[in-house]
Amino acid sequence: MQTVLGQPTLTGIFFFLLFVAATLYITYWAAKRTRTTAEFYAAGRSITGLQNGLALAGDYMSAASFLGIAGLVSLKGYDGLIYAVGWLVGWPIVMFLIAEPLRNLGKYTFADVVAYRLKQRPIRTAAATGALITVLFYLIAQMVGAGSLIKLMFGLPYEVAIIIVGCLMIAYVLFGGMLATTWVQIIKACLLLGGATILVFLTLYKFGFNYIELFSSVTSKYGDKFVQPGGLIKNPIDAISLGLALMFGTAGLPHILMRFYTVPDAKEARKSVFYATGFIGYFYILTFTIGFGAAALVGHEIISKIDKGGNMAAPLLAEALGGEIFLGFLAAVAFATILAVVAGLTLAGASAVSHDIYVGVVKRGKADEKQEVKAAKISTLCLGLLAIILGIVFKGQNVAFMVGLAFAVAASANFPALFMSIFWKKFTTQGALASIYTGLILSVVLIILSPTVWVDIFKNPQAIFPLKNPGIISFFGSFIAGIVTSLLTREKEAEEKFESEKIRSYVGIGAE
Amino acid sequence: MKEKILNSEEFKRLVKSKNSISLILTVLELFIYFGFILLIAYNKEFLGQKIFGPVTVGIPLGIGVIVLSWVFTGIYVAWSNKVYDEKVSQIREKIGGE
Repeated sequence: MQTVLGQPTLTGIFFFLLFVAATLYITYWAAKRTRTTAEFYAAGRSITGLQNGLALAGDYMSAASFLGIAGLVSLKGYDGLIYAVGWLVGWPIVMFLIAEPLRNLGKYTFADVVAYRLKQRPIRTAAATGALITVLFYLIAQMVGAGSLIKLMFGLPYEVAIIIVGCLMIAYVLFGGMLATTWVQIIKACLLLGGATILVFLTLYKFGFNYIELFSSVTSKYGDKFVQPGGLIKNPIDAISLGLALMFGTAGLPHILMRFYTVPDAKEARKSVFYATGFIGYFYILTFTIGFGAAALVGHEIISKIDKGGNMAAPLLAEALGGEIFLGFLAAVAFATILAVVAGLTLAGASAVSHDIYVGVVKRGKADEKQEVKAAKISTLCLGLLAIILGIVFKGQNVAFMVGLAFAVAASANFPALFMSIFWKKFTTQGALASIYTGLILSVVLIILSPTVWVDIFKNPQAIFPLKNPGIISFFGSFIAGIVTSLLTREKEAEEKFESEKIRSYVGIGAE
Repeated sequence: MKEKILNSEEFKRLVKSKNSISLILTVLELFIYFGFILLIAYNKEFLGQKIFGPVTVGIPLGIGVIVLSWVFTGIYVAWSNKVYDEKVSQIREKIGGE
């Protein structure tokens, strides 16, 4: 099979420029509506549940999960599905435990909720640290992935790709704030869901719309093993550890949590998770089908020849079924996907710096609107430039572990403190600090000592910590540290506030 | 007024019912996901059995976890829209605000 993958095609460039023009126009439109802090961080709380559901999906579905999972399925078959399931199951948790109280109690960041009845400055410092570390690791992984993907698809040099991505994301966030970011994410979600749907439609068309035919074709080529669980889960404890990180990490991702402030009330927040879960679940089922389609119609040989990890399975399938035009479209969609995710991350990171650290800690909560928006814009610019620099510094490095680490930190440093501050009356400032820092330190240290970094990156013969993901230790460790410390240090004021907070948390009175 | 609401049976029931629903659905979600993972770890043969031609038990089961997760969020939204919001608006009326 001949492929134009890796060369800039006219259609690819056309669709890409169309996307850039449309999103920059939106940014221009949004810039006029982005003056106050509520507008910059939360799009003036004007987004509907359906729109936010799409934006959440756009914020969450990364190029790695589209191209990566399709590739994993195309090469490993069933094991790819197991992996995809793990990326979805955190969403119901977000809804049942976090979304509504977060919306009712907070303003712009999840640190607002953790600090609600505890001592502002130490808590904001700790929570913002957890948020920033999560965002930075996730951002590095996205930038490095973006550089290599764009190089593979368009043949652009790595550094050029990183700079284009970085500058566009800075432009969206800096000028258009949350409103522009939201619409970039909504457009991306529609493009990605639409593109994947067409790809699945074309695949199934080849098999007479019969899944059994598709599976038969694959098993006759690669044997029955392909539709059975293989080697992905060898050690059940390792699998549970990763599962905990994915599940509770989703409920601790700052850029996801921040999106709940863009809707007018808790009811819309809850609705938006329902839509998001539906879109993301549908998307993973499509990705699974695309992986099988690529295995059947493109074949392992070509897929792994172009990229060892199989990342190009979906684009290759697009080219095989829809020619150069569809490949160009899909390549532009992958570009859009990257941009939407990094824009969301940058905004979340910038708000941790400006809203929590600068206004909450340095200014002790005393800053006017103008000052805060200015601080947020400066943070956006710095974080964006940092992302570009880190993307270039980490060129060619194996950064796959960073996503796992981001989820482990989110599940261990961010989620437990957020959860306990919402539901546990006796939670204290000291308890929250113990929980956040324990989760943070355990997840970072243990992942360095784990096979993922200690063996795969530092090339040591044997790992000091046996599990690939520290989730099981850091998640429970953070809870234990938080509970024990809270029981040892009583905070009367916080307990009293907990009672009155209930009306705001459950009924929404006083919510911003 | 705030004290009165907080101490009312009505409000306490509201908090309790909401926490129960959240807890039950969270436990169900944990159960289906970790059940699926443990099944893969301990009973690969079961998941590898063929049911329709080449389709193995594991395929509808894996997709089932995705679909069921979504259904759970649907149940929660339906309950909240129907039961919870009703009670919330009653309490809001009593407070006389908004």
